Amino acid sequence: MNPVPRWLLAAALAASMSACVTINIYFPAAAAEKAADRIIDEVWQLREDAPAAPAAGEGAK
Amino acid sequence: MKFFSGSVRRVGVLLGGLVLALAAHAQGNLEIDTPAVSALRQSMQQRHAQLAPLYGSGAAGIAADGTVALRDAAKVPLAARAQANAAIAAENADRAALYREIARANGHPEWEAEVRRTFAQRWVERAQPGWWVQQGGSWVRK
Repeated sequence: MNPVPRWLLAAALAASMSACVTINIYFPAAAAEKAADRIIDEVWQLREDAPAAPAAGEGAK
Repeated sequence: MKFFSGSVRRVGVLLGGLVLALAAHAQGNLEIDTPAVSALRQSMQQRHAQLAPLYGSGAAGIAADGTVALRDAAKVPLAARAQANAAIAAENADRAALYREIARANGHPEWEAEVRRTFAQRWVERAQPGWWVQQGGSWVRK
């Protein structure tokens, strides 16, 4: 007698696979925002640790 | 007994894998470190020195569709106008490629429009004081 039924293994596998598919279909909005902010930081050279630099450079005019 | 514990371990490994898989999905970082994306980021960063004065003067603004728009060509001296136009066109080409590459790098080319929409919101949101941004169809000075 097998203490772990085969159907249980199959069910766990099916659940894990369907979870991946379901979650992956949707656009990860929060992750996209984070990615956008990282790129914007870099392109516009904005850094939390140097907020004075852009203000002094462009705001002074 | 030995047989039983072996099976239990097998299920444990399976469930552990499931938890890890879910955690990886839930954490969900988008891949933005591919060579193509990195090259675009660098190219855009270098061009920013040229575009920043255009944003500051109001000649160019942050458009609602994730691009840069020439708002008021009269604010650019005639001699510099062609160069400003070229910089804006090159920036928009890079941005289009960036949105496309991010979607593709994450295995979902169909996400391109949503990537663009997300960036459009963040560019507008993070524009610096004095810059012009397009909101609800009209231009607003931040």
